[in-house]
Amino acid sequence: MKPVNFDYARPADVGAALALLADDSLSVKLMAGGQSLGPMLNMRLVQPDLLVDITGIEELKRVEDRANEIVLGACITHADIEDLRVPDVTCGALPSVARGIAYRAVRNRGTMGGSLTHADPSADWLSILSTLGAKVTLRGRSGGRTIPVEDYMLGALEADLRPGEMLVSITVPKLSRSARWGYYKSCRKTGEFAHAIGAFLVDPDRGVSRAVIGATESRPIVIAEATHLVGDGKAERLDLAFDSHAAGAAIEAAGMADPIDRQTHVVALRRAIERAHTA
Amino acid sequence: MTEQGVGASLLRKEDDRLLRGRGQFVGDIRLAGMKDVAFVRSPLAHAKVGEIRIPDSCRGQVFTAADLEGVKPIVAVSGLAGFKVSEQPILAFEKVRQVGELIAMCVGDTRAKAEDVAACVEVDLDELPAVHDMIKAREAASALVHEHWGDNVFLETFVDVGIEAAFDAPIKVSREISTARQSMAPMEGRGTVAYWDSRMEQLVLYTGSQMPHIVRTGLAECLGLDHAQIRIISPDVGGGFGYKGILLPEDVCLGWLAMRCGHPLRWIEDRREHLTAGANCREHHYRITAYADRDGKLRGIDCEATVDSGAYSSYPFSACLEAAQVASILPGPYDFPAYRCRTWSVATNKCPILPYRGVARTGVCYALELILDAVAREAGLEPHEVRLKNLVKPEQMPFDNITKKHFDSGDYPEALERALAAMDLKAIRERQKHPEPDGRLIGIGHSIYCEQAAHGTSVYSGWGIPMVPGHEQATARVTPDGGLELRVGVHSHGQSMETTLAQVAHEILGIDIAKIKLVHGDTEYTPYSTGSWGSRCAVMAGGAVATASREIAGLAKRIGAHLLQADPNDVEVAHGKVVGPTGSVTFEEIAHTWYLRPQDLPMSVDPRGLESTIGFKPVRDSGTFSYAAHVALVAVDPEIGDIEILDYVIVEDGGKLINPMVVDGQIYGGLAQGIGTALYEEMNFDASGQPLASTFADYLLPGPTEVPAPRVDHMETLSPYTEFGVKGIGEGGAIAPPAAIGNAVNDALRPYGAELLRSPMTPRRVLEAICAASKEKSAEAEREEAA
Ligand SMILES: Cc1cc2nc3c(=O)[nH]c(=O)nc-3n(C[C@H](O)[C@H](O)[C@H](O)COP(=O)(O)OP(=O)(O)OC[C@H]3O[C@@H](n4cnc5c(N)ncnc54)[C@H](O)[C@@H]3O)c2cc1C
Repeated sequence: MKPVNFDYARPADVGAALALLADDSLSVKLMAGGQSLGPMLNMRLVQPDLLVDITGIEELKRVEDRANEIVLGACITHADIEDLRVPDVTCGALPSVARGIAYRAVRNRGTMGGSLTHADPSADWLSILSTLGAKVTLRGRSGGRTIPVEDYMLGALEADLRPGEMLVSITVPKLSRSARWGYYKSCRKTGEFAHAIGAFLVDPDRGVSRAVIGATESRPIVIAEATHLVGDGKAERLDLAFDSHAAGAAIEAAGMADPIDRQTHVVALRRAIERAHTA
Repeated sequence: MTEQGVGASLLRKEDDRLLRGRGQFVGDIRLAGMKDVAFVRSPLAHAKVGEIRIPDSCRGQVFTAADLEGVKPIVAVSGLAGFKVSEQPILAFEKVRQVGELIAMCVGDTRAKAEDVAACVEVDLDELPAVHDMIKAREAASALVHEHWGDNVFLETFVDVGIEAAFDAPIKVSREISTARQSMAPMEGRGTVAYWDSRMEQLVLYTGSQMPHIVRTGLAECLGLDHAQIRIISPDVGGGFGYKGILLPEDVCLGWLAMRCGHPLRWIEDRREHLTAGANCREHHYRITAYADRDGKLRGIDCEATVDSGAYSSYPFSACLEAAQVASILPGPYDFPAYRCRTWSVATNKCPILPYRGVARTGVCYALELILDAVAREAGLEPHEVRLKNLVKPEQMPFDNITKKHFDSGDYPEALERALAAMDLKAIRERQKHPEPDGRLIGIGHSIYCEQAAHGTSVYSGWGIPMVPGHEQATARVTPDGGLELRVGVHSHGQSMETTLAQVAHEILGIDIAKIKLVHGDTEYTPYSTGSWGSRCAVMAGGAVATASREIAGLAKRIGAHLLQADPNDVEVAHGKVVGPTGSVTFEEIAHTWYLRPQDLPMSVDPRGLESTIGFKPVRDSGTFSYAAHVALVAVDPEIGDIEILDYVIVEDGGKLINPMVVDGQIYGGLAQGIGTALYEEMNFDASGQPLASTFADYLLPGPTEVPAPRVDHMETLSPYTEFGVKGIGEGGAIAPPAAIGNAVNDALRPYGAELLRSPMTPRRVLEAICAASKEKSAEAEREEAA
């Protein structure tokens, strides 16, 4: 299991990376942390002519703290979030989820942008960032666009990345002090990919009530108006409002046919709610 | 016991290099001009092989079956009556019978380049229906793995010891119990480096092997070479567990080409090859019935066992090692009067099944111990009550059981009672009456086994495998500076023999451990041996080292007595010296005299000097029977299906322990593997015979966070037949955990009436069992209502 012979470039800015991507005569692959791409290269599932390492691009490591949101460069690592090298605006949600991704060695290198683009249905960032209502910003030579995280994923291992485009940043809204969130990941051993994820956010001050069921066969199931599942966030105990039949129906409607899978995902969401965290 | 002798928990001599990353494994070997090999492997489980097209640009770098003129396939014949012989091709011709089977060998300056070459080779394959289910494979309509056999059965065996007498028992419990196929996962995979040494006229082949001499014998057969023309070097071995006892077609390929190509060759197995094409093991299926009286006394066991042997009989252990053993070891440590067992070793289009630590015993223990718990539930008894009713008692020892196994010594009930006492069964039963705050269910389960180990000629000659162990030999040699060199034909793949065998020699000669060096892992330097397998090294190589050391003691005493001007009958060996009535002389002085100052010795001196090669066999070679009771406390999450091991107790008896710390290490490692079998490891295949796990992301192994620190207690009942009373314990740790954990899970699920009868016990299987039980319950309620 050794990769095919390829060339390697490490551009210093996004423009240079985009210029390299634009060469139609070559098969070009971006590499961030290499934690997912590395094995795929070794197994020759990916056989690029040119590998563009984007971890030398300063802009992609940058953090921009705005009034209502924070913008994270695509190459921010899981460990950057875990260790709070990046300010937390999510009442602890992102650092807490970061700690449960893989093992420390993977977190040291793996990036948020890489994880979202790899689009593994079990990935943690995908579920929690769609819960928080985060967006990704993509840039190509002809300009940029910003779309919700959940729309960026088209299907298993497939991101909405057009030819010549790259992901440059992730924008996460700041939660208000009244916000409550919960995340439950069911996996068979420490550091393993999830086989069910439940996540929710209620932020009464911002009028947000969202629930996400992740680690499905494909895209996470995002319930953007989830007051029927998790309430509006004003009640003391959120889990009392939880309607497992409604959750099961939502999951079934999204196409999950296997009853045991459905049960596991409903339980994951309920446990996320039982473990509601506040600021 | 001395500070360094038998019984001392000495730190391991080998750790200095291993823990500093300075070990030398096959993958560390660099030879000038060495090229790498990659293989074209079959992507299909069962297919006719048509044309193989090699582009001109790769000519001379690709070799197929057509090139291997005169090379014989790998054949491992069992002498058991009715065994059907398979021929494992070195490179496929005519047909491939498993995914991953070798089709062509490709050479490149680096592994990546060799893989580039492999990617250019085109093979026409005409797919045939795959045989993937060992039960269906026995049906007449099944496709055939080896057409000329007429069916898919390597071997069928049958024993019946008066089973009819059990049929009127008041309790009859039947279950279908099975263990998944696994892929054993030593940290280091397989690997081979080969070159032709033109000075020695020898093929030198480095391969991480548990049994270098057997590899040489097998390779000599395939390549048509004299033994003297082959040297096998097994350097440091990063775990073997059985996988490194096997002669692989890859070894033969590299050996063949190395004799012709003029440069060294290397093949290092990667993890995908390892998982999908290599190290498969463990797939057992049982239909088992227990007959018992109401008080739990067993009246008989009736069983049909099937083992999925895969496509070929692998060398040297053969395709029927597992199934044929099942029949003889199923009765476990129990005494009951009636028994019947039929077994099938079935060929399928999967990798050959290989012996894995605990060979056959892990599946047997799982089946027997689960059915005993089912008996207990049926009889309304505690599981341990049923066991205590049936375990062989200490006063019966030595005991010949229903399949004529000769249990040498031990107190099985004591082991079980100690283990349960450590867990406080009563308190747990009390705790189970109240719901847990987190909604999980608590369960306690146990299992007990005895393990025949280090059995020898009389046992294996009856099995007819190609290698029957006889006397195990060791060489002991005092060096001119008074150190001791030990040479043995077994090889350490993690057993710490550099330390433990030195302890054995120290016990007898008193030479400082630091000055005792073990030479092993090289056919050129060591006496012939069947190698490290069957938990035999401590007993057999330990016995041989003890015997050779005693010879050395005798030789040294005579020289020492002469130097001391004493009668040889008046001197003894102690603390690395020969001690006489009036003084002592060190081994260093004795050795110096023999080697470098012979003028100080009389003409009558024993010309053997200070060196001895001698063989050892225990007083009886029917094997030692170590045993252990394992108790697990688990919490089962009935909503998600997760299982957590809360506590784990092991009470084990390995006779005299040469180094208790090393024994603990063996137990910990075995336990981790047993937990893998119980909860995580599963090598699934689809209906076309495709393996569904090709990385460790799909093939789950327990990690440090999944393996609890067990509480281990030792009993030391000596074996009457071995040196020091030692028993083999190398495999035991991996035998009992699936059964103990399985019984604990079933205990936890009692409120649901659910039962899990297949390993690994995954979250999905837990939920399915609960689901099935609740369906069964409502169906029953409906039936009652209707009535
Ligand atoms: C043992 C192990 C366990 C793991 N467990 C978990 C887990 O529990 N939970 C979890 O969520 N993840 C897990 N992962 C995945 C891990 O989080 C990876 O780091 C992540 O999926 C990919 O990030 P990366 O930066 O390494 O991306 P890379 O591997 O470098 O790239 C992945 C893909 O994204 C593309 N890409 C990368 N950056 C960009 C960009 N800025 N713009 C466009 N395309 C880009 C690449 O071309 C490639 O196709 C695990 C990984 C391993 C090896």
